[in-house]
Amino acid sequence: MIPGSFEYHQPHDVEGAIRLLQDLGDEARVVAGGHSLIPMMKLRMADLGHLIDLRRIEALKGISIDGGTVTIGAMTTQHELIESKMLADAAPIVREAALQIADPQVRYCGTIGGNVANGDPGNDMPGLMQCLDATYTLAGPDGERQVAAREFYEAAYFTAREDEEILTSISFAGTAGGYAYEKQKRKIGDYATAASAVLITKNGGQCASASIAMTNLADTPVFSDEASDALVGTSVDDAAIKAATAAAVAAIDPAEDNRGPVEFKKHVAGVILARTVERAWSRA
Amino acid sequence: MNEMTPPKAERAAALKGLGTSRRRVEDVRFTQGKGNYIDDVNLPGMLFGDFVRSPYAHARVKSINPEAALAHPGVLAVLTAKDLEPLNLHWMPTLAGDKQMVLADGKVLFQGQEVAFVVATDRYAAADGVDLVEVEYEELPVLVDPMKAELPDAPVLREDIADAKEGAHGPRRHPNHIFTWEQGDKDATEAVLAEADVVAEEMVYYHRTHPCPLETCGCVASMDKVNGKLTLWGTFQAPHVVRTVASLLSGIAEHNIRVISPDIGGGFGNKVGVYPGYVCSIVASIVTGKPVKWVEDRMENLMSTAFARDYWMTGRIAATKDGKITGLWCHTTADHGAFDACADPTKFPAGFMNICTGSYDIQTAYLAVDGIYTNKAPGGVAYRCSFRVTEAAYFIERMIEVLAIKLGMDSAELRAKNFIKKEQFPYRSALGWEYDSGDYHTAWEKALKAVDYEGLRKKQAEQLEAFKRGETRKLMGIGLTHFTEIVGAGPVKNCDILGMGMFDSCEIRIHPTGSAIARLGTISQGQGHATTFAQILATETGIPADDITVEEGDTDTAPYGLGTYGSRSTPVAGAATAMAGRKIRAKAQMIAAYLLEVHDDDVEWDVDRFAVKGAPERFKTMKEIAYAAYNQAIPGVEPGLEAVSYYDPPNMTYPFGAYICVLDIDVDTGTADIRQFYALDDCGTRINPLIIEGQVHGGLTEALAIAMGQEIAYDEIGNVKTGTLMDFFLPTAWETPNYITDFTETPSPHHPIGAKGVGESPNVGGVPCFSNAVNDAFRAFGLTHTHMPHDHWRIWKTANQLGLHD
Repeated sequence: MIPGSFEYHQPHDVEGAIRLLQDLGDEARVVAGGHSLIPMMKLRMADLGHLIDLRRIEALKGISIDGGTVTIGAMTTQHELIESKMLADAAPIVREAALQIADPQVRYCGTIGGNVANGDPGNDMPGLMQCLDATYTLAGPDGERQVAAREFYEAAYFTAREDEEILTSISFAGTAGGYAYEKQKRKIGDYATAASAVLITKNGGQCASASIAMTNLADTPVFSDEASDALVGTSVDDAAIKAATAAAVAAIDPAEDNRGPVEFKKHVAGVILARTVERAWSRA
Repeated sequence: MNEMTPPKAERAAALKGLGTSRRRVEDVRFTQGKGNYIDDVNLPGMLFGDFVRSPYAHARVKSINPEAALAHPGVLAVLTAKDLEPLNLHWMPTLAGDKQMVLADGKVLFQGQEVAFVVATDRYAAADGVDLVEVEYEELPVLVDPMKAELPDAPVLREDIADAKEGAHGPRRHPNHIFTWEQGDKDATEAVLAEADVVAEEMVYYHRTHPCPLETCGCVASMDKVNGKLTLWGTFQAPHVVRTVASLLSGIAEHNIRVISPDIGGGFGNKVGVYPGYVCSIVASIVTGKPVKWVEDRMENLMSTAFARDYWMTGRIAATKDGKITGLWCHTTADHGAFDACADPTKFPAGFMNICTGSYDIQTAYLAVDGIYTNKAPGGVAYRCSFRVTEAAYFIERMIEVLAIKLGMDSAELRAKNFIKKEQFPYRSALGWEYDSGDYHTAWEKALKAVDYEGLRKKQAEQLEAFKRGETRKLMGIGLTHFTEIVGAGPVKNCDILGMGMFDSCEIRIHPTGSAIARLGTISQGQGHATTFAQILATETGIPADDITVEEGDTDTAPYGLGTYGSRSTPVAGAATAMAGRKIRAKAQMIAAYLLEVHDDDVEWDVDRFAVKGAPERFKTMKEIAYAAYNQAIPGVEPGLEAVSYYDPPNMTYPFGAYICVLDIDVDTGTADIRQFYALDDCGTRINPLIIEGQVHGGLTEALAIAMGQEIAYDEIGNVKTGTLMDFFLPTAWETPNYITDFTETPSPHHPIGAKGVGESPNVGGVPCFSNAVNDAFRAFGLTHTHMPHDHWRIWKTANQLGLHD
């Protein structure tokens, strides 16, 4: 568990970090909290010549809310998300999900930017961001651009981010109505066997809008329009929930691992989603 | 002599002796990060060794090219089997009478096997060197399933002994077969089975797992070429045995070897064996003339140093219609991995598996164990249990449940009906043990009453009805276990390791001012010896426990002993401690009598002093006696106050307990929530109730882990699937339920203070208790038995197969 040798860089601004990426090319990677990349390096599965640490870049830190839009700097830690009263008021689902990531020690270091940018299907935040319909801001040599979280993930560890770009911030609209994040895991520190994020609004006893995304059940997060649509206009009764979970389960494509075979995961995904919908609806 | 003498009880309390919940003296340093573990040992000029390991489970090693590694800055040497061969150290004997490769000699037999040892100036350079050693392998067919080991197309694993018809434990019938060990009366048992009213049959698999101590294995070897002395620091549960083995292997005279076990961060059996890392570090230190450190990382620990369990136990249990058990038959296929490196007393190749008649009066029984080689890591250690006792307890406690189902009987009643009765002790079991003492019915009744067993069954029935009505998706399970341990190995007449008898020892020196140091042949790995052994001595000698230093683990200073594992420290070294304390007291009596100017027989012991019989105001305290022992000429008595005791126990001790677990299973997700866990332990005389409670909590938590998810799993080509703590379940506080502890106290009749040992009981009893609860939850739907570990998907699978998702 000893990584190969590498050069360590600590730029103080985003421009400096991008310059390093341009200069060093394939040999270089940026590191945020390091809880995915560093273990890969220790296992010698990632062999890097240069590590560009983003922790000194103040511009990448912090949470702000402006006109109902929440913006979170990429280097904001999971712990900071949990501690933010402002965020808990604007989008309580983020806190609920962050509390289910790993353990406190990991959350002190792990960042939201690293979590969403790495493209690891096991990470909780990508699915949540698709549920929130978040937008990622990417900074590169040619300036900034925005990519929707729902368009960002291509395959496991493959995303819309270009090699010389850095994901700098995440923004989404504050939420209204009911919310829930449910995650089944084997133990603290584990990735999800199945997890789902649900936002739901109610109007006159009927579901006015719904947003459903699932985690670690395919090689990318799974956002399901069909599942959401199955709830809208209903009283979120058993039949509607059944239809929504059926639609979501049809959209996932889990792989067998030590958590269990595909058949089990599909079943649990449906159960967890149904519970997430019920809890979100009870809060709507 | 004229001071007011405080009352007896007050003086006894001040000693903090037997029965006191004394806080652990070790914790002052451990809770402040001031422990001194193997990786804290740093010597000037120390080098670091690291292994090149096999990525394959079975392969021929075609070539090893160290050139690129040797060219790397900081890399000094790359040792291979060829380098060790001239020293005859490329193979080494195992504790089980087999031999194992130190470094791959022509082939590799399990994933993670040691292939080459890279020695470098620091651990970073060593790791780089490991990456640069080029090894060419030719893959061979892999044997993972022990049931296929003797099929015609099975690959032969151990070519070195392929033709040996005789092994260390008798005849071998196949190159992949290690031994057959039989106990009991086969014919009589089969006759009982043939004629029985009822016979229940089941195959019970106790999966492979790993002790996974928080601190992994490691050592620092330092050969001083000037004085010819080798000092070896290491994570050794048996430092004296390591010294003797190191001497026998290396040819270095035993007095020139000093073995030191520093603080050890948990052992649980993992640190009993002798590993290639130790041998390679010693050789590297001899070759380089510098100290060499080797410390495993977590993955290496899980993949290569000793695993536990992996017993496939087929059982048949016979009973009369009304539930009187008449016979027990067991055949076990024991998967030992690539080398037979089990850490058992030499005459017991399957440990004390023949305790598998458990707490029950079963007159006729038969046990056969077949040891098998597979392409897996060697080991088979007693993970927080006495040798194979956890396997035995799991087997019988599952068979009792299976029989209860067949009889349509409540298993609490079935147990009570078949317990060995109090008046039957000492009890000779059908498989050869003499149980020293027990009172199972009292413990059982206390446990059932404590949890309101009848009430629990009623609640369970109500919940089942609610489940059937569709009002809940949760099933309630009640797990029962009554276990009997066999610990304290052991009597030298039948217990030895590589010929070394399994006695243990204590040496005490009382200082002139009345404080003391005691040294033992054991070594604490978290058990709290420095606390509890001082308490034994406090009661025996009247010196306050706080004034007694307990020291272990340095073979240059500690008396010879066989170490700490198998819950043997209290039964064996604890007995030696009490006996040494009594020798001190006998001499103190002579000194006191002289000082009081009366005959030896005219003084009597009174908590912390000798007083003249009939004149309690005339006394000498132990403190006064100690001073006189060193500073006053006493005719016929040597100066000083010291004692040594080597204790060879007359029998094992037999702790027992009654455990009850209640849990709820979510049939849709396969999750299980522990609702309550009650643990009654009878470990004989209780030395420190606080430490006992801590031991029970720790053992139960490891039992929870094993029962509910912890395993070393292999895929079909022998890759370890659970090599990190992401997949290998080590519970945190979050997963750990609340435990209620309780006790009865049935002292061992042959132990000097009646103590029996407790550290391992909760693992022995806990595993079947958790598993029985899971099985019980599904009993109403026709389940007889489902294998551990009961992780989410396996529980879900059971529910699915029973049609609960339809």
